[in-house]
Amino acid sequence: MSEATAEVSYLEHGHSLKSWLLTTDHKRIAILYFLSITLFFFVGGAAAALIRIDLLTPEADLMSNEGYNRAFTLHGVIMVWFFLIPSIPNTFGNFLVPLMIGARDLAFPRLNLLSWYIYMVGGLFTIAVLVLGGVDTGWTFYTPLSSMFANGNVILAATAIFVVGFSSILTGLNFIVTVHRLRCPGMTWGRLPLFVWSIYATSLILVLATPVLSITLVLIAAERLFGIGVFNPALGGDPLLYQHLFWFYSHPAVYIMILPALGVISELVATAARKPVFGYRFVAGSSIAIAILGFLVWGHHMFVAGQSMYASAVFSFLSLAVAVPSGIKVYNWTATLYKGHIALDPPFLFAMSFIGLFVVGGMTGLILAMLAVDVHVHDTYFVVAHFHYIMVGGTVSAYFGALHYWWPKMMGRMLPLVWGRLSAIFIFLGFNLTFFPQFILGYLGMPRRYHVYPAEFQTLHVLSSAGASVLGLAYLLPFTYLLYSLRHGGKAPPNPWGATGLEWTVPSPPPQHNFHELPTVDGPPYQYPVEVDGEREAAHG
Amino acid sequence: MADTAQARQRETTLMGMYLFLGSEIMLFGGLFAVALALRLMHPQEIVAASKHLHYGIGAANTVVLLTSSLAVALAVAAAEAGKIKGTVVGLQAGAGLGIGFLALKAVEYVSEYHERLLPALAPPEAFANPAAHLFMDLYLIATSLHAVHVTIGVGLLAGLALRVHHRSLALPRQATGVEVVGLYWHLVDVIWIFLYPVLYLVR
Repeated sequence: MSEATAEVSYLEHGHSLKSWLLTTDHKRIAILYFLSITLFFFVGGAAAALIRIDLLTPEADLMSNEGYNRAFTLHGVIMVWFFLIPSIPNTFGNFLVPLMIGARDLAFPRLNLLSWYIYMVGGLFTIAVLVLGGVDTGWTFYTPLSSMFANGNVILAATAIFVVGFSSILTGLNFIVTVHRLRCPGMTWGRLPLFVWSIYATSLILVLATPVLSITLVLIAAERLFGIGVFNPALGGDPLLYQHLFWFYSHPAVYIMILPALGVISELVATAARKPVFGYRFVAGSSIAIAILGFLVWGHHMFVAGQSMYASAVFSFLSLAVAVPSGIKVYNWTATLYKGHIALDPPFLFAMSFIGLFVVGGMTGLILAMLAVDVHVHDTYFVVAHFHYIMVGGTVSAYFGALHYWWPKMMGRMLPLVWGRLSAIFIFLGFNLTFFPQFILGYLGMPRRYHVYPAEFQTLHVLSSAGASVLGLAYLLPFTYLLYSLRHGGKAPPNPWGATGLEWTVPSPPPQHNFHELPTVDGPPYQYPVEVDGEREAAHG
Repeated sequence: MADTAQARQRETTLMGMYLFLGSEIMLFGGLFAVALALRLMHPQEIVAASKHLHYGIGAANTVVLLTSSLAVALAVAAAEAGKIKGTVVGLQAGAGLGIGFLALKAVEYVSEYHERLLPALAPPEAFANPAAHLFMDLYLIATSLHAVHVTIGVGLLAGLALRVHHRSLALPRQATGVEVVGLYWHLVDVIWIFLYPVLYLVR
């Protein structure tokens, strides 16, 4: 121990800009990602703010129709490809996977750095789209709108997503090989932390689904540039083919966004309950099951698009089947908490709010998977509310939970628990105030992507916008006290939460090469309770 | 000990390459899905359109590419045995045949341009029907995307030959470097083996 603490931490190992920009240390690359996705989170958030302000009144008074289209497209594109998809995998996955499996780095450290640069190039293209006036097709780029009629920077936006796709593919590839090849002695598949299982499942989707999006975007660009007509019925093509190709990627991409969050919650719940995760093998297996089923449900986005009735029936059934592995996770977390000695720390509050919001998002997903009901609520605010419950209520809550939970490990500083608890509560309240009214709006018939609406919807829209302002402020809160903690927070001990897992056996922040000596694992994961000699109490004062 | 570390490193690198090739297959898979959809929607028109392609040149190119794959396979074997000269010759032959493939492809494009078969360069009236136009669009996108892959492969093979020649890649210790490029080249080959019948032989 004394030897290990004497080692220089990864943060202290070189202070120059070059030592950061040319680093191959997975922990530093994680920090680079953290900074860049935080930037995009605020850009995407600003677009959301514009949308919510415009929707305060039934008339179009803030933006033109075109401007509104551009605002929600940019919000979608940035949040999906530049925040949600890289959020947990590229920051926490990068930082934690090697630490959790007892490795010194990812399998391909230089490739990892290359992924970040590719991500940044894609990001620059997106900024260029923004500066040049945006794009107005919606994040889905549906044809023939995107290929023939849209007059925004469709090709530039498609290029941005094409480029960032390669970053996703290389990151996923790196994680898969790392988990296969670099586990320390004794770290069998049955002993992997559940977070690693979920990152592994996510990576499978990243590698197999992203290239299909790439080729689809190439076809869109070719159609726009040369009028090739693969998606144009006037030229013998088929617009439905575009939707098939797009959703073949984009539905699995939904699971790219939620699976890492599910992994985070498994860690947070076990630590909070100080009990082994109930049914470890089922929770691990359900991640893989979700990844596989996720490839087979894309047609549920096209129930009213004119695909065959029989296809719709099969897609509906398979979509309902996703509820089984998702349900396994929720029930097993609940069973883990049962009779646990629960500590109401900020990460746990985020985990609780995740579980609640994920259940609401999941149950409304079942409603949408029903053929007859979907016809009624398709393309309404009901859908908007549903996927925001999963993506924002779910993934973003888990992201903030992970940030609070691993912050002491990453930065070596404790954070103020009271403020952490407050921000978890405010995010939960602000979120529900923003998005719950949208379920009602959608059910009453408010279509998505419109900014002029009948006056009777105004009350619900005002409630939603009020919630959005609470939510916006609540998201800013952690950034203030986390920054504050960097300077004024107490020094973090190796294991401030009294958790299991190899990442808590090394000093906080970890030394440059993670482990002084590669560890050996000789038992199952989550062997609670952990004896940390009152370290937790000492750490949190 | 050093041997096992090296063997582990090799397996790790190969696994990464196989995963990358998996993603490449998915990339072209999207195009094959489009080919299937077009074929199902317009069976007769596609058959007729396919008859305009120069299947002779395509067949010659298949032979060229398969031969280059053989040369690269021999280079990989030579690299593992530590034979520098054999490796360099094999890689150069592979790259040369790759250039031959690209040259034949260029000849084919030029003659198609003169026959007013290439979309974007020929007016829409030049095509018998919209489906024939679509088929030629698909042909152009698929073969040019493949040609991009061949070009990258030629660059990799030539670069590798240079490095082996200048001993900046030590053999057989770093033979894995040759092996992964070889895998990539074989994939480029395999994709062509599927593209050729789907485009040229569906007549």
